[in-house]
Amino acid sequence: MAPILEIRNIGKQYKLGRAFQRTETFREMLSRAFSSPFKGRSTENGQPKIKEESFWALRDVSFDVAEGDVIGIIGRNGAGKSTLLKVISRITDPTEGSIVLRGRMASLLEVGTGFHPELTGRENIFLNGAILGMRKAEIIAKFDEIVAFAEVEKFLDTPVKHYSSGMYVRLAFAVAAHLNPEILIVDEVLAVGDIAFQKKCLGKMNEVSRGGRTVLFVSHNMAAVENLCKRGVVLEKGRVAFDGNSKDAVHRYLNTLSGSQNASGHAIDLSGATDRRSMVEPLLKRIEFYTEGDRPVIEGLQIGARLKVRVQFELPNPTSSFNIGLGFNNIFGQRIFTAHSQFEPHRSGQEHCGLQTFICDIPSLTLMPGEYTLRLWLDIGNQEADLINDAARVTVLESDYYGTGKVPWNGTFVLKHHWYLEQAADAQ
Amino acid sequence: MTIRPRKGWQPVDFAEAFHYRELLAFLVWRDIKIRYRQTLLGGLWAVLQPLIAMVIFTFVFNRLAGVKSDGPPYPLFAFAGLAPWTFFSTALSQSSNSLVTNHQLVSKVYFPRIFIPIGAVAALLMDLFFSLCLLGVLMIYYRWPLTIHALLVPVFMLGAVLSACGLGLILSALNVSFRDVKYAVPFMIQMGIFLTPVIYPIRYIPARWQVLMGLNPMAGVVLGFRYSLLGTSVMWQVMTLSMFVSVVLFIFGLFMFRRMERRFADVI
Repeated sequence: MAPILEIRNIGKQYKLGRAFQRTETFREMLSRAFSSPFKGRSTENGQPKIKEESFWALRDVSFDVAEGDVIGIIGRNGAGKSTLLKVISRITDPTEGSIVLRGRMASLLEVGTGFHPELTGRENIFLNGAILGMRKAEIIAKFDEIVAFAEVEKFLDTPVKHYSSGMYVRLAFAVAAHLNPEILIVDEVLAVGDIAFQKKCLGKMNEVSRGGRTVLFVSHNMAAVENLCKRGVVLEKGRVAFDGNSKDAVHRYLNTLSGSQNASGHAIDLSGATDRRSMVEPLLKRIEFYTEGDRPVIEGLQIGARLKVRVQFELPNPTSSFNIGLGFNNIFGQRIFTAHSQFEPHRSGQEHCGLQTFICDIPSLTLMPGEYTLRLWLDIGNQEADLINDAARVTVLESDYYGTGKVPWNGTFVLKHHWYLEQAADAQ
Repeated sequence: MTIRPRKGWQPVDFAEAFHYRELLAFLVWRDIKIRYRQTLLGGLWAVLQPLIAMVIFTFVFNRLAGVKSDGPPYPLFAFAGLAPWTFFSTALSQSSNSLVTNHQLVSKVYFPRIFIPIGAVAALLMDLFFSLCLLGVLMIYYRWPLTIHALLVPVFMLGAVLSACGLGLILSALNVSFRDVKYAVPFMIQMGIFLTPVIYPIRYIPARWQVLMGLNPMAGVVLGFRYSLLGTSVMWQVMTLSMFVSVVLFIFGLFMFRRMERRFADVI
């Protein structure tokens, strides 16, 4: 039987030159059109006029997926996993190659896409379901099941802006979990802080895959990949580095991680980041992560460990008024914590120019285990000069924060606290 | 189905758009639902805007500046122009920003992108319907008779929808790369009302220039609304040219949007 998904020599190229130009393009485009209307846009003496730097986020990626396969796609940040899912989901076009799809596909790159805070839970179920590709009749048929799964019966007619973050996430996942496509594409959505719900979602995923459905699954949660997937594809620098048994794939991936201790695991070059808000110049250059004793952070941080973030950036003009912001978002895109240099009381009013390094020292990062996406931005004056949505990810590992041998399992963050019994009056 | 790089101009995939039709309905429904959430006056805003504009225009242009209508009482004359104009200008500003405000959808799910700007326009049809009802009330108040020509209103409504969709498609696609659009559109709308015979009758324009007015797609719509509802004189040349321009704008918008949509997720 023909494979349900045939991926052939897929390549995706991003042009950085365009991103650079963007600040001035419209004016430039007009002035170019008027000053030299007969010259081609990109050539002058046969040489490209604007040097367009480009890089391949994906190159020569080929593999087949048979019906009923459950495949884990793993790799480091920037290896091309998300780009691959976006190409397969048709969100962005490939630059080269082709993909043949033989079945109804649904992709879940984010939980709660299209949720509107002003709409009620009931309304959002319908809207989100439709956005994910469900028919109205299908949503009606599964409505009760979705509500029961999410455990939000009482709040169905409350706008979701009044929901707690847990309820919001449960409702969003419940809609997604009831999709019924032949091919399901899932990105990272399982790394939820709430372990009980995470187990429920994993169970649902398992049920889905045992039902003969084809699943492509991107995750940093190696345990989930090993448990759910039979096959694993490892991406490295946009190419397929390994394709085979999922246990071997995880092994291979972990090896590459530890093999590059001092190379780049803790440091990310931002000059090629594509997740920039348009209209800005790429002033943010590099971000690095260290923990206690200035040891680089490789696999993740224990709960409550020190986190030192070094941010390298450029100031094009001398200024004393610049700030770096660092937003920690959970995988649902909800902001958990913002570190901003304007909160620093001891700053000199000196002017600086050129390449600078700002260090943010968080003595104890008390977030719950899970993966956090960092949004990084630079303000000069009161203007946003550069912003990267998904600059880096920080993984907080399960650990014995309270020193009792028990791992904290619920909520968003940990906080030192004490319990003691009040001395009863008659005991004296 | 095969996914491969797309090149050049391509027509809109109507079969696919039809397949996703329920989503378009949901997007329109969402826009209608949330537009007046948490407002005191709610849907009244739909009729309040043209109504207040009518009062002020009557005072400033009719009483102070001495602009005369070509038949009906000036307030009626102004309102019949303001109703489609308000629809058009709101639709244009909403749809030109629609892709940027829905950037989450654009970068995280696939569905026909044309639904976003077109849905934004369609959601405003309800407002237009309400202001037409109010026009009916005003006509009763001024004892101005409705004629059989009123059956032509849907034709001119279609002209307004096509031109709003056409320009909305073009501007929303440009807005993804050039946020200049955000600043240009309010200005275009502000100036546009003077280049459309909303405040003044078209006969104020020298006869030989009147046809040129037809290049403005909304000129024909405004003239058409007045002709079919209030029975003002008909100007076929201008109206036909306008309708032609709005159809061309719409088709061009579809093609241009289709060509630019490939880059949306990468750039937005």
